[in-house]
Amino acid sequence: MSVLIYADSTKGALTKNAFEAANYGAQLAKAAGTDAIAVVAGSASGLEELGNYGISKVLHVSDASLDNFDPQKVAHVVAAAASEIGADTIIFAHDYTGKAVAPRLSAKLDAGLVSGAVALPNGNVVKKAVFSGKAFAEIEITTATKIISVLPNSVDKVETGGSASVETFSVELPSTGITVKEIKKESTELSLTEADIVVSAGRGLKGPENWGMIEDLAKALGAATACSRPVADIGWRPHHEHVGQTGLAIRPNLYIAAGISGAIQHLAGVNGSKVIVVINTDPEAPFFKAADYGIVGDAFEVIPKMVEAVKKLKGI
Amino acid sequence: MKILVCISKAPDTTAKIAFTDGDTKFDENGVQFIVNPYDEWYALVRGLELKEANGGTVTVLNVGGADSDPIIRKALAIGADDAVRIDAETTDALYVAKQIANYAKEQGYDIVLSGKETIDYNGSQVGGMVAELMDVPYISLASKLELNGNTATLEREIEGGVEVLEVNTPFVLSAAKGMAEARIPNMRGIMAARSKPLTVVPASEATTSTTIKGFTLPPAKSGCRYVDADNVEELIDLLHNEAKAI
Ligand SMILES: Cc1cc2nc3c(=O)[nH]c(=O)nc-3n(C[C@H](O)[C@H](O)[C@H](O)COP(=O)(O)OP(=O)(O)OC[C@H]3O[C@@H](n4cnc5c(N)ncnc54)[C@H](O)[C@@H]3O)c2cc1C
Ligand SMILES: Nc1ncnc2c1ncn2[C@@H]1O[C@H](COP(=O)(O)O)[C@@H](O)[C@H]1O
Repeated sequence: MSVLIYADSTKGALTKNAFEAANYGAQLAKAAGTDAIAVVAGSASGLEELGNYGISKVLHVSDASLDNFDPQKVAHVVAAAASEIGADTIIFAHDYTGKAVAPRLSAKLDAGLVSGAVALPNGNVVKKAVFSGKAFAEIEITTATKIISVLPNSVDKVETGGSASVETFSVELPSTGITVKEIKKESTELSLTEADIVVSAGRGLKGPENWGMIEDLAKALGAATACSRPVADIGWRPHHEHVGQTGLAIRPNLYIAAGISGAIQHLAGVNGSKVIVVINTDPEAPFFKAADYGIVGDAFEVIPKMVEAVKKLKGI
Repeated sequence: MKILVCISKAPDTTAKIAFTDGDTKFDENGVQFIVNPYDEWYALVRGLELKEANGGTVTVLNVGGADSDPIIRKALAIGADDAVRIDAETTDALYVAKQIANYAKEQGYDIVLSGKETIDYNGSQVGGMVAELMDVPYISLASKLELNGNTATLEREIEGGVEVLEVNTPFVLSAAKGMAEARIPNMRGIMAARSKPLTVVPASEATTSTTIKGFTLPPAKSGCRYVDADNVEELIDLLHNEAKAI
């Protein structure tokens, strides 16, 4: 019995989510008095670093054909590693990779999957966000092998110190029908789901020409920019900035919303943020109910002042 | 092209979220149900566009009880040719996926489209499970799909970028934003939907793998702390010293 963690990598390095998943698995293994072992697919270095998050051993399948992401192959690798170590619990991050691989593995092993866990399990019961963040469900996994994918940025990491031993692990890979043609980089969108701070604006800004101050504030804070859906629909901002129920769901530490009313569909994508700041001329705007800090005021006056105050604080 | 679109029933996006039976069941009282937005706006509409361009059929499939029929009719009104409902209670993604995969294997579809996730369970699971059970490629979170004969070119979100890939039919995908633009059913569509076939088939034997034990609501925010618009520096100070967010 042991815990297996799939630690994802891109371009030869482990991702931030990989360390979070590893640490979740390690905490779980420790509570169960067993080992946490990670599996890595494709060319990647720096794997010993997983030891600092509680992983004792890494199985590395370094086959270069895994460098192009293919969920069918990755599911195969993880299944082989699980059988090798006799894992009864398998952990993923609930990110793009986890969403592609974990369901496949679940069906392959006939193992129950809870996706988007927000806390360590209590026995076989896992807590996850449902109804787009408006509630939580406690879900029991009733199969012998259990799969959990962890919602990024939701469980605190505990550094243990130490270094993991890395072993080469060979797996015969199936041929699959997918041919990768190109990887396009859309950096804004990606930094948006990973950003610690997000500055967002809505229809209250009146037009695309007024986004300069939003970008200034984002720049001063080292933040990513986002927008409400109508703003993307009218074409004031690129579609990949649209957050909410039908856009991206984000969970930054700080979400600043200017000129956004706070419709329930917008909140569904941002209500996991730790701190929410709302700037709106209308004291009755629903967003204030979800806010930690609020300014009833005109974004055109408040935002430039915020830029100045942040610059002063940071000495820039 | 034989196209299958998996549609699930979801509470309207503005529905009040509350629970009954000792917080073990979603309170459906007064709740309006809709076709899960990803399934309707992106999966179904792209399926219809492909059919319009290449010929073929679009079947919508739901696993659920008779209470799903209104949302199935909506999908027919938007333009699907026919519908199938697998008569079952849905509590577990793997159970639902087994139902869909068994049916799809039997009928032989070229493309199975699902949505990115259901807006109630937020699983993002069923599509990938169906693909594995059918032993075909799964393109998760696809934002583009073009078809040239039996070869499809797709774009999907992966860690670190957007991947452009090619795959031959049959395959399963989950549809995300960008795939298509929502369509509103017209009067003719709504009339036609009434006479389109909706076949109800019994569920196949399958096991479940998870059970929902209960629900909780997030703790209410302790309330908004207001700062005067003339005192923006105080807000930045609070964010720095109190919230430790900057
Ligand atoms: C099925 C469905 C899914 C949806 N999904 C999403 C989604 O994913 N994301 C999303 O965002 N929306 C979504 N919506 C739309 C949502 O319901 C709202 O219509 C939308 O969020 C409103 O955008 P807004 O707040 O920018 O604009 P508005 O509602 O027009 O609000 C503008 C706000 O700006 C304020 N304002 C005006 N001038 C100023 C000023 N000078 N300074 C400061 N404040 C000012 C106003 O008081 C107002 O509160 C969805 C809707 C449906 C039906
Ligand atoms: N009961 C169901 N019947 C048909 N399709 C479903 C059902 N549940 C989920 N799906 C499909 O699977 C997708 C992902 O669902 P989920 O894994 O629950 O987030 C949905 O967007 C639908 O396309």
